[in-house]
Amino acid sequence: MTTPIVRAEGVVKHFGEVKALDGVDIEFEPGIIYGLLGPNGAGKTTLIRVLTTLLRPDSGTATVAGIDVLHDPVAARTRLGLAGQFAAVDDYLTGRENVEMVGRLYRLGSAEARSRAAEVLDKIGLTDAADRPVRTYSGGMRRRLDLAASIVGRPDVLFLDEPTTGIDPRSRIDIWDLITDLVAGGTTILLTTQYLDEADQLAARVGVIDQGKVIAEGTPTELKDQLGGSVVELTVADADRDSTMTALASVNEYDPTFEPSSKKISLTAPNGPTTLTRVVRRLDEVQIAPEDIALRQPTLDDVFLSITGHTAEETAVEPARATQGRRSRRSR
Amino acid sequence: MTATRSRVTFGEAVADTMVITRRNLLRNLRLPQLLVFATVQPVMFLLLFNYVFGGAIGAAIPAAAAGKYINWLVPGLLIQVAAFGAGQTALGLTEDLNKGVIDRFRSLPMARSAVLAGRTISDLIRNGFVITLMLSVGLLIGFRWQTNIWGMMGGMLVAMAFAYALSWVMATIGLLVKNPEATQSAVFIPVFPLVFASSVFVPTHTMPSWLRAFADNQPITVTVDALRGLMLGGDAVRAGHTVGGQVLLSLFWSAAILAVFAPLAVRMYRRTVS
Repeated sequence: MTTPIVRAEGVVKHFGEVKALDGVDIEFEPGIIYGLLGPNGAGKTTLIRVLTTLLRPDSGTATVAGIDVLHDPVAARTRLGLAGQFAAVDDYLTGRENVEMVGRLYRLGSAEARSRAAEVLDKIGLTDAADRPVRTYSGGMRRRLDLAASIVGRPDVLFLDEPTTGIDPRSRIDIWDLITDLVAGGTTILLTTQYLDEADQLAARVGVIDQGKVIAEGTPTELKDQLGGSVVELTVADADRDSTMTALASVNEYDPTFEPSSKKISLTAPNGPTTLTRVVRRLDEVQIAPEDIALRQPTLDDVFLSITGHTAEETAVEPARATQGRRSRRSR
Repeated sequence: MTATRSRVTFGEAVADTMVITRRNLLRNLRLPQLLVFATVQPVMFLLLFNYVFGGAIGAAIPAAAAGKYINWLVPGLLIQVAAFGAGQTALGLTEDLNKGVIDRFRSLPMARSAVLAGRTISDLIRNGFVITLMLSVGLLIGFRWQTNIWGMMGGMLVAMAFAYALSWVMATIGLLVKNPEATQSAVFIPVFPLVFASSVFVPTHTMPSWLRAFADNQPITVTVDALRGLMLGGDAVRAGHTVGGQVLLSLFWSAAILAVFAPLAVRMYRRTVS
């Protein structure tokens, strides 16, 4: 493997009693999008803050572009760009003024800051709106402007904290396109997301983070394979639940799980439609009529359920072992 | 790993401070409400106090004011405006903190000191503008300095020095409280008692002795005294004090406040996690 452009080793950070990061290890090579996938409060933002020199961890080390962020934060800052969860743009300045200001603070001369701002505004598709105050921008435009500001200093590594959270689907696609373009242009990107489809769509590699730990790592395909593919989801009358659970246990090697809040029974379906057919046939045999039944793609919830294993022992152990295997392969 | 640690040079820090100052001033211009409210409120104070209380208080003021309450009031109000205006430093900082702007700044290879320096300097410039405006309105409704233009200018400088020092107190409060709404009220906690239990509006000798002990010795009274001495002459200074003495004491207060709160604010800023 080439020299990693981002590496975190054993990063621990407490906030009072809360262990936000509990020994995080990640590393990845230049030129890719690395997706950090996890729910709210998993530690994604905290890790980004450590890597971008905003926060000192209690222990552990981190390097960005070969620079130790704890030892030489100023040098690290010249090599990284950050677009946080909120579009950190100034409402009362124009788009151009915002980007130029950040350019100046990246130590570009005033002429260079100006031409570089024009360049990134063009790239980001905001040239027409560049001289309007940002308060007239839509949410999606603000995010794009924030992205423009984060790349004005030509960073080697760009950190994007949930770049598409809270924006409309159309803008989301725009931002995805921009991110893809940036990587094609040679920038390395670490992005955090709560959405599996986003990680799937963009990231070459994904780290799944939960309760301050990276609990699984791999390509999106590898991760979904760990899940065993799609999920059959059904609801039955309360009286039929126990017999349904028993009946479904013999459909394949996975155990059905029951989610009390949604009253849904789920069964991992490695063979998709085939599994669904088998479930229907099995239910027919035991004469249970489901109120609702569907086959759906795995979601982040499934990844979590499966990897953290709060409900099913077997599904929890398997991916964990798979992760270990992959880690040792990688380090060779 | 390299053993050397990159540093931001002094020249770079100055350049960064100018960038941030400019950005803050632009905000002031683009958000007219900021400036309007920053000016309407003090002008309102000036008019209300002069016309509502002027007649009643007029009799109690020293002769140096040439028998006009407005002459007594304007130097005091300049400091009141400076004190209230300093609160904007806290508000501006908390707003930037909560919008993620500070995070952006902290991720850039800029001087960390530039954010606070730029904020306090732009607030000083804004405060200078408001003070000048106050003075103009004062002149319009009858304020006349009794010394000379140099005394007048000197008084403005003493007021600005005090305003700048207070900005750092407010920066510390803003970084401590962090939430913009709470900050809005928090900044008045130190400001109100200091402004009202002082010689800003009325001479301190009519206050009960326990309150007077505080009022006579706190920095706002000292600074207001210095301003009155510079603008109205030696007789406007409280008995037992000289103009030069009060000016030096006021500048000492400003320096002392700065010496305590600037490092405190910088340390809070470094530790701040929004």
